[in-house]
Amino acid sequence: MTPVGGRTVRIAAGQGFWGDWLEAPVRQVRGGPIDYLMMDYLAEVTMSIMQKQKSRDPAAGYARDFVPLMERVLPDLVERGVRVTTNAGGVNPRGCAEAVLAVARKLGLPRRVRVGLVSGDDILGRLDELMARGHDLSDMETGRPLSDIRERVLSANAYLGMGPIVEALRGGADVVVTGRVTDTGLTLGPIVHEFGWSADDWDKVAAGTVAGHIIECGAQASGGNLLKGWRSVKGLADPGFPIIEASDDGTFVVTKHAGTGGVVSVASVTEQLVYEMGDPRGYITPDGVADFTTIRLRPAGRNRVRVSGIHGGPRTPMLKVSIAYFWGYKAVGTLVYAWPEAYDKARAADAVLRRRLSDLGLEFDQILTEFVGVNATHGRLSGPPDPDIPEVQLRVGVRAHERAPVERFTREIAPLVLTGPPSVTGFAGGRPAVEEVVAYWPALIDRREIEPHVRVEILEA
Amino acid sequence: MPKTAKRPVTRMVQLRYLAHARSGDKGNTANVGLIALEPEYYPILEREVTTARVGRHFRGMVSGVERFELPNLNALNFLLHDALDGGGTISLKTDAQGKVYSTALLRMEIPAPAALARRLARA
Repeated sequence: MTPVGGRTVRIAAGQGFWGDWLEAPVRQVRGGPIDYLMMDYLAEVTMSIMQKQKSRDPAAGYARDFVPLMERVLPDLVERGVRVTTNAGGVNPRGCAEAVLAVARKLGLPRRVRVGLVSGDDILGRLDELMARGHDLSDMETGRPLSDIRERVLSANAYLGMGPIVEALRGGADVVVTGRVTDTGLTLGPIVHEFGWSADDWDKVAAGTVAGHIIECGAQASGGNLLKGWRSVKGLADPGFPIIEASDDGTFVVTKHAGTGGVVSVASVTEQLVYEMGDPRGYITPDGVADFTTIRLRPAGRNRVRVSGIHGGPRTPMLKVSIAYFWGYKAVGTLVYAWPEAYDKARAADAVLRRRLSDLGLEFDQILTEFVGVNATHGRLSGPPDPDIPEVQLRVGVRAHERAPVERFTREIAPLVLTGPPSVTGFAGGRPAVEEVVAYWPALIDRREIEPHVRVEILEA
Repeated sequence: MPKTAKRPVTRMVQLRYLAHARSGDKGNTANVGLIALEPEYYPILEREVTTARVGRHFRGMVSGVERFELPNLNALNFLLHDALDGGGTISLKTDAQGKVYSTALLRMEIPAPAALARRLARA
């Protein structure tokens, strides 16, 4: 129970990934009272994309979207005293922080803006030294040592937790910009800072972590992508992104601003809780281990869900490291076959294509054929298609470590139009593009190798 | 002739009438969180949506299945290994991130009490 008159801290999700709805943070700030705006930008391979951008332009390497968003909302943030936590910094948090400072100066705000800059997660420059000292940084999934792919590594970042965010907030930062800080740390940090929780109060750390998990994917907790009763979810043109109202006792409410679309319900929160879940008894972050089997949810009014009962355990001695490396190339080609016998035509075209690729002596790591409209999402579970199916999209993907076979594949799609089965269309997009594949390599490292290198600076506009 | 042959007490019901679900990825593993539509359906899910039955359902599509129980959320969590053609950026699948394995599981049929099955059929 929250004591009557007990203070709450309101943390609002503004972005759930790099590319999320741009209006959301603005609406979170202007749509009602909040204390913090949490902006999560980093997925597993985002860092490598940013690293690639930075290698072309040393000023790049962060989520550029974040800067114009700050330009829109900084005046409101300053006026309302709302602070921001974000991992938009990617592989260049300093560049991102300086861009925010430049925007603040340009806006001529009534007071100076302080930007907290968190660095030390980037270990790309330390890899050889770490490996020389016996850290093999083996792939958590396959067990292969990093030395197998060392020369192809593009980025390497340790996941930091809430610690440096708490430090930056304590130092007075209005906007905390980080690199690879966990999604959950962006929410947990402000809560720990506001209530002065001890970093080893494991149940509370777990509670704040669960709060972070619930809002880290934005509207996916407040009606977006909600399967249960999806037809009855109203107002998705203007969805309210989720807001945590945290209490000092470790309980919290999930809600959204009044007058917004979407829904916050036990169902919407539960769907988000199980998203990307592993063993629910051990949700591991740099800050602790949360036990999802202890979470209690109950409705607490319109678009309000109370979350309580959460237990957790001590943090582990290891930190996860997110490594991205160059894998090779891939391309996907599509053509659409029309009624009658659309599926048979598409299958015949696939056979012709495969025969040509084979006759050319091209070698691929994988050739994958899907028939969109028949089996692309559920495979054989979809059963046989309607014999009168109006159209089928043939979708063939290939990948290889070398560029040449993939490049040649992209020239074998269009010829099928005049040299293969009939009733084919949908090739107006031209030749498929060859994409570079950057793959993900998750590893672990002793946190004592990372933590002494973490730096928090407070910069002022 | 014996007249006591019992009528079946269960009927097969598609999971979509008993549960909702959300799925995601971790590397080459897809996870499906399966959530009872009503709290009273959870024991049926726990009893009938076994690792073995889910493994048969996804035969040829995944290399192995693990199950975890969350009775506090009326939910089960399944890990479907090697489900994503390499996963992440390597995968060539339309559903490279396992986003719709959720509804693929909801296609499965399980035995449910006949009275409940009849009620669901009428709804």
